[in-house]
Amino acid sequence: MTAIMSETSARVYSLGEFHRFEAGGAHFLYLVPAGAIFAVDGAVGNLIDRLSCGEVPHDRLVGEVAAANGFAIEEAEELIAEMYHANVIVAGDSVPDQPQPLPERFPIQTLVMNLTNQCNLSCQYCYEFGADKVATPEGKPKFMDAETAKAAVDFLLAESADRRSIHITFFGGETLMNFPLLKEVVAYANRKAGEQGRQIDFSLTTNATLLTPAIIEFLSQNHIGVTVSMDGPKEMHDHLRVFANGRGSYDIIEPKVRALIQNHRTRPITARVTLTAGVSDVIRIFRHLKQDLGFHEVGFAPVTTSPNQLYAISPSGMDGVLEQFHILAAEYLEYALRGESHGFSNVSDTLAELCQGVNKSHPCGAGLGLLGVGPSGDIAPCHRFVDSDQHALGHISTGIDREKQTDFLRRGHIDSKYDCHTCFARPLCAGGCHHEAFVRYGDTGHPNLHYCDWIRDWTHTCLEIYGAIAAKNPGFLQQFAERKAE
Amino acid sequence: MRHMRPLNKKAARIDEYVVAHTEDVVALQDRPSAQQRPHVPMGCALMFTPGWEVDAAGGTAGLCQPVERDIYDCYMSCYWPAQVPDHLNNAPDWTAKCATATKDWRNLDLVFP
Repeated sequence: MTAIMSETSARVYSLGEFHRFEAGGAHFLYLVPAGAIFAVDGAVGNLIDRLSCGEVPHDRLVGEVAAANGFAIEEAEELIAEMYHANVIVAGDSVPDQPQPLPERFPIQTLVMNLTNQCNLSCQYCYEFGADKVATPEGKPKFMDAETAKAAVDFLLAESADRRSIHITFFGGETLMNFPLLKEVVAYANRKAGEQGRQIDFSLTTNATLLTPAIIEFLSQNHIGVTVSMDGPKEMHDHLRVFANGRGSYDIIEPKVRALIQNHRTRPITARVTLTAGVSDVIRIFRHLKQDLGFHEVGFAPVTTSPNQLYAISPSGMDGVLEQFHILAAEYLEYALRGESHGFSNVSDTLAELCQGVNKSHPCGAGLGLLGVGPSGDIAPCHRFVDSDQHALGHISTGIDREKQTDFLRRGHIDSKYDCHTCFARPLCAGGCHHEAFVRYGDTGHPNLHYCDWIRDWTHTCLEIYGAIAAKNPGFLQQFAERKAE
Repeated sequence: MRHMRPLNKKAARIDEYVVAHTEDVVALQDRPSAQQRPHVPMGCALMFTPGWEVDAAGGTAGLCQPVERDIYDCYMSCYWPAQVPDHLNNAPDWTAKCATATKDWRNLDLVFP
């Protein structure tokens, strides 16, 4: 016991790893190695300021903290103990995080089924067909057949172990070019999951050109979530989202999207916008999709590209995008404080992760809880790698190639991304999209260094929003507390 | 925690951990904080219950006490079914002359059935 006392006295404190931010007049800490968010009082701030000037031994720090805050010695010791045990401050005895071993078997939760690799549009930026494509579809089936699809469903049910809810996302190419198969898969998967007493739910991504009233009714009846790839008002949407003859697709999809939003009432309908050099007026795009067309949620992502493509957004273009993101984020906060839904999903997706306190070993579930399956039955880390021989992780008929999966996951692990180790945004980012990294750097495990500043700025912004909501309308965050994965 | 309020799930887990390490179990000789000081120790390992692991100073020097003193707490407050006088039926007055254990422990006599 005497030893414990002397251990405490012998501590020499320095600052741990955290990101400090303010919002709504209050002070917060984001503890990076944990992904934890705390509201802190002035005494914590004072102590951090003191240690910013250098290390301080225990007894001296106790005295200084007591004097600075008008605390009794015991109160000062209590404050120091709190901060020490939460790792806000550390002594020389703190142990660096050990590299985490990869999980031996990780149950799948989501299977992305590319029902076809064919598309009726010829969007120039497409990662599947464009200049930066990784797919090698030559000699492979263009449409998935029923046998492969059913085998894929069986594979998902077998590999998802004890997960209560599992998920199938239909993807393409253009998903609806193989709608008959989609219907068949939904019926088959529901029956099979039902036999096991499990829940399965569905979503799809589409360019909306092939939507019909009958399809919309089917999607609504079966509670199938729909994401529409759409880039904004006509002149922006038609800039790159064109048919093979160069004609824009806006006029075709606009009435179909309206019909979809009006008649599909069982799940929120989301728009997914790809930002490019000519299409970066975020606020106008948001207003059009959210207010004019009525999407429930609108999410934005800069195009994935090697830097020399004409449609790539320049660094200054990205600054403009971020500036507009800030304006929409401020608007989101106003809505949230009134308890209303705003619809800017780049904020709500980040808030959901902050609420859980995620601390990712990998940037996303690709190759881990999520896999893609191509028309040929090849298994890929995600839909973006489908039909790529280089990235295949096995085949539906033979299962996951564990060696290749391990190699993919080892490359993508945060531990192997040295550049990320001092970044406060790494619990959420973990180096960024594997596919983007491959297109940029030729290695799925390379951190996406070209957007680091952008990610840090956006993470900081979302932390401020989280803090402000927690301070003024904490009930709003309750919607994010439900964990998606179980 | 008094100075840090958890705002997300991960923070709540850290809060639980810190509370468990700083507030829940207190070694009395490890200078408990002001908030912890009125902490009433419960169960066998009291401040003055020689005969157990350590004495009130955290050492073993004060452990040598009569057998009656050893079992006093088993009789008074402990749920553990030790071999002690039965204070409900057969020996309700065993501690009648022992108002303060630290001073009166010599008054605890043996019980003859």
